[in-house]
Amino acid sequence: MNNANAPHTSLLEQRGVDPARAIAHLAAATCGADDGELFVERIACESFSFDDGRLRQASSDASEGFGLRVVADAAVGYAQAASINEAAIIRAADTAAQARAGYDGMAALSPRRTNQQIYADLDPNLHPAFAGKIALLEAIDAYARSRDPGVVQVSASLGSEYRVVEIWRADGQAVRDARPLVVLNITVTVARAGRRESGSAGAGGRAAFDAWVAPERWQAQVDEALRLAQVALTATPCPAGEMDVVVGPGWNGMLLHEAVGHGLEGDFNARGLSAFSGRIGDRVAAPGVTVFDDGAIPDRRGSLTIDDEGQPTGRTILIDNGILVGYLHDRLSARRMGVASTGNGRRESYACRPMPRMTNTAMLGGTTPQAEMIASVRQGLFCARLGGGQVDITSGKFVFDCVEAYRIEAGRIGAPVKGAILIGDGPSILTRVSMIGDDFAFDPGVGTCGKNGQSVPVGVGQPSLKIAGFTVGGTEI
Amino acid sequence: MNNLSDHPLVGLIEAACRAGADEAEAVMSRAQNLSVGVRQGILENVERAEPAYYGLRVWVGERSASLSSADLAAPGKCGALIERALAIARAAPKNPFGGLAPAPAATDDEAALQLFDPATPGANQLVERAQEAESAALAIAGISNSGGAMASLSTSERFHATSRGFAGHRRRSFFGLGVSVVAGLGAAKQTDFYGSSATWRRDVQDASEIGAEAGRRAAARLAPRRLISMRAPVIFERRIALDLLGPFISAISGPNVVRGSSFLRHRLGQAVFAPGIDVSDDPAVPRGLGSRAVDDEGVACTPRPLVEHGVLTSWLLNVASAAQLGLQPNGYAGRGGVGASGICVSNLRVAPGTEDLPALMAQAQSGLMVTGMFNPSLNPNTGEWSAGVHGIWFDAGEPAFPVSEITVAGSLPEFYARLIAGADVAKLGAAITPSLMVDAVAIGGL
Repeated sequence: MNNANAPHTSLLEQRGVDPARAIAHLAAATCGADDGELFVERIACESFSFDDGRLRQASSDASEGFGLRVVADAAVGYAQAASINEAAIIRAADTAAQARAGYDGMAALSPRRTNQQIYADLDPNLHPAFAGKIALLEAIDAYARSRDPGVVQVSASLGSEYRVVEIWRADGQAVRDARPLVVLNITVTVARAGRRESGSAGAGGRAAFDAWVAPERWQAQVDEALRLAQVALTATPCPAGEMDVVVGPGWNGMLLHEAVGHGLEGDFNARGLSAFSGRIGDRVAAPGVTVFDDGAIPDRRGSLTIDDEGQPTGRTILIDNGILVGYLHDRLSARRMGVASTGNGRRESYACRPMPRMTNTAMLGGTTPQAEMIASVRQGLFCARLGGGQVDITSGKFVFDCVEAYRIEAGRIGAPVKGAILIGDGPSILTRVSMIGDDFAFDPGVGTCGKNGQSVPVGVGQPSLKIAGFTVGGTEI
Repeated sequence: MNNLSDHPLVGLIEAACRAGADEAEAVMSRAQNLSVGVRQGILENVERAEPAYYGLRVWVGERSASLSSADLAAPGKCGALIERALAIARAAPKNPFGGLAPAPAATDDEAALQLFDPATPGANQLVERAQEAESAALAIAGISNSGGAMASLSTSERFHATSRGFAGHRRRSFFGLGVSVVAGLGAAKQTDFYGSSATWRRDVQDASEIGAEAGRRAAARLAPRRLISMRAPVIFERRIALDLLGPFISAISGPNVVRGSSFLRHRLGQAVFAPGIDVSDDPAVPRGLGSRAVDDEGVACTPRPLVEHGVLTSWLLNVASAAQLGLQPNGYAGRGGVGASGICVSNLRVAPGTEDLPALMAQAQSGLMVTGMFNPSLNPNTGEWSAGVHGIWFDAGEPAFPVSEITVAGSLPEFYARLIAGADVAKLGAAITPSLMVDAVAIGGL
């Protein structure tokens, strides 16, 4: 186990499986293969959601299972089951071993061990108890409705999860990680003069609920959701065309996640499918732009002590002062490209095989105050908050919608605009960064990234950025 | 399967009621999935999964809670879980709209729908199909690389029982085959995907046709130009048409109507679409991917017009939203387990218009045909909508050149009111829809 002194009985043993026998089955399945492991997981989660003045859902869910993987060259065999027992492990080993048929390889070394612990081993489902969670959601609903007589709808939800993973390898190595995760989401809808708009705010991380359920914290979150709805009520049509755009800090780091992050994932690059393939050493961003992925930041939503292959996480520099210097790897893509894993092998659950995924992706801060960026724009857009985004890995094109944006006119922030959308080209957009803000921030802990049907929690961060010639899609032509 | 009275779920519900629940429902679902991936002709992955789910929902008066755990299946272990569910329910505030289906369907007999194909091809047969699709794609001129081909099959079953005497069993099969390839090299690379899925293996499109279509689509994207920002007619190719109609489905979904977060919340019985548009939903299509006899709350499903000559004729309701609106649930509850349900359509049908694609282009003369879309974003309150797109610019009624890195945006209620349906209907998964044209759409570009 990860911590030799920890008094944990393994998940295998808790289900009556002799670890020595499980390892023997794994060893037989991976004999002659390059890599493989037995990933065992137990997830306990609670979800309480309040909507339309009522408790919509109160649920408590438990699930567990294992996935057994055999990797031979570029081929992966994977079999999973939702019950942990020796017979299921034997069946899975037979299936997964199909991937090494006719192959003779050499087993890769197990991941190095780590003593790092970047979040506490605690079950966040337990506190507050469910009566306290329900009372909190009722208080949020009442507070939001008391803040503005125009509030017509409030949705609030508390989600918590305690996930224990064990990674067993054929050489007998076993590592364990216990991962707490909480999130509080609030959406407020305001109606005024026949118009209706919503605003949302969320926060969370890998810790107990305590920090987020303090009244001043959730009240600030309600106030932010309400403010966004009120701004949206006054928004006017958005201009379309190329213009200078100032992007605010924090959550807007999603821009990096989509524009460059996905294109730098090793699986795409090992196959030559990314717009960034074969471009290590090229300039892909302006001088001063340094982008990294860091899974080892304490308590953050995207953080992991070890990834889902057992590899310790850490900071990987992707773009160094504007030059592309690295990709994000799991063990498979790393081996195929002849480099070391960066600790980015992640999976949604035991049901899925790992892939290179981001953890917390961010850009280092600079020195320019945001006010100076806005003052420097004659006519453009200030994007205070992005919504969701998506990227086409191969062509490099990405799209974002903005939930809070304003015109910039003659160096001043003007009217809020609605329906603003940003579209750009990942490998070139950061070359047009002309100012980097002094206001670096991480997001509040709400990001979820989807890839090939698998969702994982992620974090982002960035300073304010001024980007020249960004294409804004709007309705005002 | 008609007699489920000795199913363990029924015993679980009885145990919950003995422990103090006034009502209860339980769901058990399990599946066997097999998928293979091939790239450059070589097996890249083979995956086998046996997911399973056991869920219980209990009511104490108008208070309820749900719980899921593999241990619900284990005799002797479910007692503590029932107690926990009851404890959460007793702490929950009352919800007068959160009950069970008032009049459960007599049985959940789906035999007539033929949703289970007994054929169970092995991994090798799936690999052959994937190889065939990929090699057909790679054979198209301009294709330089492969993102891989994937073939999958799944068989699943779901039991659902309630304390009101409903006991349903559903068994499904699913087959899928798809391939993505890359055209061009270096910074000029473009990719596209094409796939087909069905409940019966023989209904999946031919592997070589799937591959050739993926290859043609990727190659057609090569050397795109950008457009200056303008207003122009836009044709949403039928593959994309559902992206334009997804927000409509969401806006007529009962839960969104009752909570006011629907841009159509006041529009039932009114002309929402152009007079030529008819939309319906048919859950009774034999072998249909979305077909079902009852919904996920046990309410019977029947074919239903949603839009007739442009007029919105029905909401899509689950038990809770129907109760809140004072209507009867109409078979649209969708959910994975036993929690609060959402809304799910079955097999959506958009009736064809009179003009085929060349005729639509001739009618518009010049404009944008959207063939791919990403990050569509909707303001559910207002219907304002936007998306990043790529496609083909057409001029003098003829395809002229590919375009990319542009956006389309506007008000969906206004789009719907001006919508023209093409004659080119085709089956896309569960849905059948033609291409859809809207005049004077805002296009964002240079």
